[in-house]
Amino acid sequence: MASAYGYFPGCSLKGTGVAYEESLLELFRLLDLPLAELQDWNCCGATSYMSIDESSAFQLSARNLALAHKASHADLLAPCSACYLVLRKAQDYMQKYPQVAREMDPWGNGNLRVLNQIRVRHPLEVLFTDVGPDRLRQKVVRRWHGGNVACYYGCQMVRPYAEADRDHDPVRMDELLEAVGVPTVDWSLKTKCCGGSLTGTAHPVGVRLNYILLKEAARKGAQAIVTVCPLCQYNLDAYQSEIRRDTGQRFDMPILYFTQILGWALGGGYKSLGFRRAVAGRKTIAQWFAPARTEKEAYV
Amino acid sequence: MQRELKFQREADAEWARRVSQRPGCEGLFSCLQCGTCSGACPLSIYMDFTPRRIIALVREGFRTDALRSKTIWLCASCYSCAVHCPRQIHITDVMYSLKREAIQHRLYPARFPVPVLAQEFYRMVGRRGRSSEFWLVLRMALRSNPLVLLGMFRTGWDLVRTGRLKLRGERVRDIASLSRELAPREVA
Repeated sequence: MASAYGYFPGCSLKGTGVAYEESLLELFRLLDLPLAELQDWNCCGATSYMSIDESSAFQLSARNLALAHKASHADLLAPCSACYLVLRKAQDYMQKYPQVAREMDPWGNGNLRVLNQIRVRHPLEVLFTDVGPDRLRQKVVRRWHGGNVACYYGCQMVRPYAEADRDHDPVRMDELLEAVGVPTVDWSLKTKCCGGSLTGTAHPVGVRLNYILLKEAARKGAQAIVTVCPLCQYNLDAYQSEIRRDTGQRFDMPILYFTQILGWALGGGYKSLGFRRAVAGRKTIAQWFAPARTEKEAYV
Repeated sequence: MQRELKFQREADAEWARRVSQRPGCEGLFSCLQCGTCSGACPLSIYMDFTPRRIIALVREGFRTDALRSKTIWLCASCYSCAVHCPRQIHITDVMYSLKREAIQHRLYPARFPVPVLAQEFYRMVGRRGRSSEFWLVLRMALRSNPLVLLGMFRTGWDLVRTGRLKLRGERVRDIASLSRELAPREVA
């Protein structure tokens, strides 16, 4: 058995993004891939910490990387796109700027090389390269009977410091979902930003960005949007009733995590994949995923 | 359309040079002013200055205009500008650098929730090691505009109903090691 992947959940996966953690753990269990949560991890700092103090923002990452090194994890999984970007950016800056590296040094002896050797990875990239669409296809036990989905990658997972996918036109989520029989639609907003924390701070602006995303996905014939980031999922999910009030347009569209769909195709449970955590499109989700009378027919 | 005139004597060229030497802000002076960043930015239409204009202001040295702008706080760090820039300028990092300076010199727009959230987040993570969405939003609202809490009721209830709102904040056990890590240190 391969050694366990280090798992850095980040704050969102313990809060509003709890369905992401649930489905990720269930999916990795179904694939016999061991995950070990990083002991006593701290917040990655997200975008806010960097806006106040650069050197402590990097020190937050240094502590997490040092913990991963202490636990001898060669790979550190960061499912949240913000955590993923922040950890990788810290590594990038460590290599490029000696003054940043000196401030980050968690042991005070200049031994930063080990922190750079830890591979910070996104689950999407792990599932694509370490498992692959072919192996996933072989493990499918449920036939898809839902509608079309739009794969939404969001911004930070594919941007400058990332290796998770192509930065302008990522395709890996589409390929994984197609492999388990889920039809995906092609759309041009797959890496357009959801606004992140702006839905909380500059509310009308943040909500408008999400309205644009929902509208375009619906126009392209998608009945659900699939995400890879807890913030994208929250933003698209939580404000649909407000959008309906403001614009009169009713989407009621399920916003799912890619781990939920893959886990479902591989035989994961409705509750353990976190389907009950959804705010919008609950009826559609129940129709597509809930074990029903017809479940026997749904099995291949 | 009204045009605002800018005068050379208001500019601080020395400041512009210093900014361009910060990590991530190199290449500021190689900007072509092509506007690709503003076109790629999903938020530029809500900004008081587009990203291209911010770059123009910074490199001419109009420090206060740049630091007081709402633009830098509306930047959601999606890095779209940075990956599209033909001169590979890390515009997002320039924005971060300006945000930090605005915080340091208290030049951010008053009662604008974005810098308030950033500061509350900074405090919370510094103290507890992790952030808690519920307490963060509550503190931000109390410090900027408590009335927004009324509008959040529906969303809050949806989150409670689905078990996504955690009232108990998580914290790091070894908080001493975190404070050691975050303590300012002598850099040679």
